[in-house]
Amino acid sequence: MSNLPDGRFIDDAPYDPNVDLSALDRTDMDAPNWVLVWRKFKKHRLGLISGIFLFLAYLAIPFAGFFSPYTPNERSAEYLYHPPQAIRFWHEDKFIGPFVYPTEAFADLENYRWTYTTDKTRPMPLLFFCKKSEYNLFGFIPTETHLFCAPEGATVFIFGSDRLGRDVFSRISYGAQLSLTVGLIGITVSFILGIGFGAIAGYFGGWIDWVVNRAIEILRSLPELPLWLALSAAVPSNWGPVSVFFIISIILGLLDWPGLARAVRSKFLSLREEEYVRAAEMMGAKPGRVIRRHLLPNFMSHLIASATLSIPAMILGETALSFLGLGLRAPAVSWGVMLNDAQNLASIEIYPWTAIPMLPIIIVVLAFNFLGDGLRDSLDPYS
Amino acid sequence: MMFVRYAVWRLLTMLLTLAVVSVLVFIIINLPPGDYLSNQIAELRATGQAEGVAKAEFLRAEYALDRPLWQQYLIWVGAIPGPQGFSGLLQGDFGWSFEFDAPVADIVGDALWLTVLVNLAAVLFVYLVALPLGVLAAARSATWVDYTTAFVGYLGLATPNFLLALILFYYGHKYLGLPIGGLMSPEFEGEPMSLAKVQSILIHLIVPTFVIGTSGAAGMMQRLRANMLDELSKPYVETAQAKGLGPTKLLTKYPLRMAFNPFVADIGNLLPAMVSGSVLVSVVLGLQTIGPALLTALKSQDQFLAAFVLMFVALLTLIGTMISDLLLVLLDPRIRYGAREG
Repeated sequence: MSNLPDGRFIDDAPYDPNVDLSALDRTDMDAPNWVLVWRKFKKHRLGLISGIFLFLAYLAIPFAGFFSPYTPNERSAEYLYHPPQAIRFWHEDKFIGPFVYPTEAFADLENYRWTYTTDKTRPMPLLFFCKKSEYNLFGFIPTETHLFCAPEGATVFIFGSDRLGRDVFSRISYGAQLSLTVGLIGITVSFILGIGFGAIAGYFGGWIDWVVNRAIEILRSLPELPLWLALSAAVPSNWGPVSVFFIISIILGLLDWPGLARAVRSKFLSLREEEYVRAAEMMGAKPGRVIRRHLLPNFMSHLIASATLSIPAMILGETALSFLGLGLRAPAVSWGVMLNDAQNLASIEIYPWTAIPMLPIIIVVLAFNFLGDGLRDSLDPYS
Repeated sequence: MMFVRYAVWRLLTMLLTLAVVSVLVFIIINLPPGDYLSNQIAELRATGQAEGVAKAEFLRAEYALDRPLWQQYLIWVGAIPGPQGFSGLLQGDFGWSFEFDAPVADIVGDALWLTVLVNLAAVLFVYLVALPLGVLAAARSATWVDYTTAFVGYLGLATPNFLLALILFYYGHKYLGLPIGGLMSPEFEGEPMSLAKVQSILIHLIVPTFVIGTSGAAGMMQRLRANMLDELSKPYVETAQAKGLGPTKLLTKYPLRMAFNPFVADIGNLLPAMVSGSVLVSVVLGLQTIGPALLTALKSQDQFLAAFVLMFVALLTLIGTMISDLLLVLLDPRIRYGAREG
């Protein structure tokens, strides 16, 4: 490029009559949509890390039994309210690999609680790939192998033990099975209802739209928790843990759909007028096909992003319900059920480790929030 | 004049909604198989207590629990008279609490206005915290102020309310000497209003308000920040700056007003969340609101009490939403009267 004396700019490159006019200005945009989204999402550090973390967490769910040294309802009657134990590596300045010191319980009859003394002279190395209590890998392969477990005569309570002498760490990893999936099932229910009602209302309009809209308004104006409570109070007490789990997830999803339905509806109202929709209709496509093949794919990704953002509410909902004793019930293990034990001030003061399950809850909820934010920001790669 | 008409119309839709809600509540309450009285009668029969059975059966007849469901509903609402003088919700008869063996009105009593008080305090807290912080975060976006508020906000969103309550209570008591449990010192309970009582209530309100309000404030702050950022990037702000408007006035004169609208409209989303939170926190902290009553009632199928509390909670949010809609119309002349956009 050169600058003429009169201030004009002139391109020095020789004129090429064969230049391809259809070449893109920005070659980095010449890729399928999902590649563009992925490229943009990668730049959202927090979202990426959260996504990887959640992926690993869900991946680890079937192996909960393998990673935990105990089974969730296994009681060590001599170790009630055992404080968290450190896994050490150095004994008297000598490296001897991971080990624990054995502990012994004493009844403190003055304060009526258990105190523990640690015997620091006898390091006891942890066992790896050891055979202990039986559990089901993936839920159906019976096995006895644990990644690590306590040596004979000692315990390994990384996060301490609870009221009944159950290992808090093992219970947290088992609890993840229910606490993490409750949101997924709930969101599926909410997705189906939300897309269904929203699509019908937005596509057909008229009185259907009016009815759905009023339903959405009414449900949105009601406080969720009291309704969740009322609905879960209606679950018969003689149901097994599995059915209770499913019905609770469904209840959580039942009240979440209005927000989604609203988004779907307003999107449909505008998309319905597009030419391609009219074209599809004129070619004889039935409403169901137009909705599924032509309308929904348009903003499915947005729906997924907003779904990611509403999973945390369900996880917190499950926790709250179980905490109040109306959600999942023992012997089922979830983070909310565990927190039910930490319900009073005494346990916060004397046995603070019984409240540890709040950490995974906070982390998972934060991760879902960051992931959702990242997805939402990167879904529009052309901006 | 237009405003009055809009207000009346809005009130009517609210009443209609309330009617639908009452049906919903009634259905939900009657979902569990059996009811309190038939369970009790069966139990009393099994233990052979004849007088108890007679009383329970009297109550059953009195409150028409032996009728078909739709009749029970109409009687409960008060649309048709009950068999023995039970006049129903519309005439201010809230029914009988079987669990506590007293009229529902006596059980809830004080709890009603305490519930309103707790929720009002929480909403006030949300606005007082979210407004300055949201504006500040937007004005100083991408600085430590922004990041800190965002971080604290996220933490507030992610921590389960009830745990936050327990932890704050413990540390508040330990280090600040805040009182534990309840909404007032025990000696004031059932006493008439006095300055000391008000003081006691105010001190007891600190932790609950904070706990209930945090998540709401976090969300509100994020939205206000986003709205403000949108406004601040508009050309008129630049013009104002070029003309030499001071930084405070630059923020508050126009952009804040614009960003404020969604802030008021948001109360419709905020209130249900607040009420949910207050129920949970009340149970954990033993506040004398209707939260604990709801939980006991639901657990023991005490249907009139549970139904009344649910109705009250719904009414609270509906009234709040209505007020926010009316405020919005007053604040923003651009909003059209009549049918709202869904």
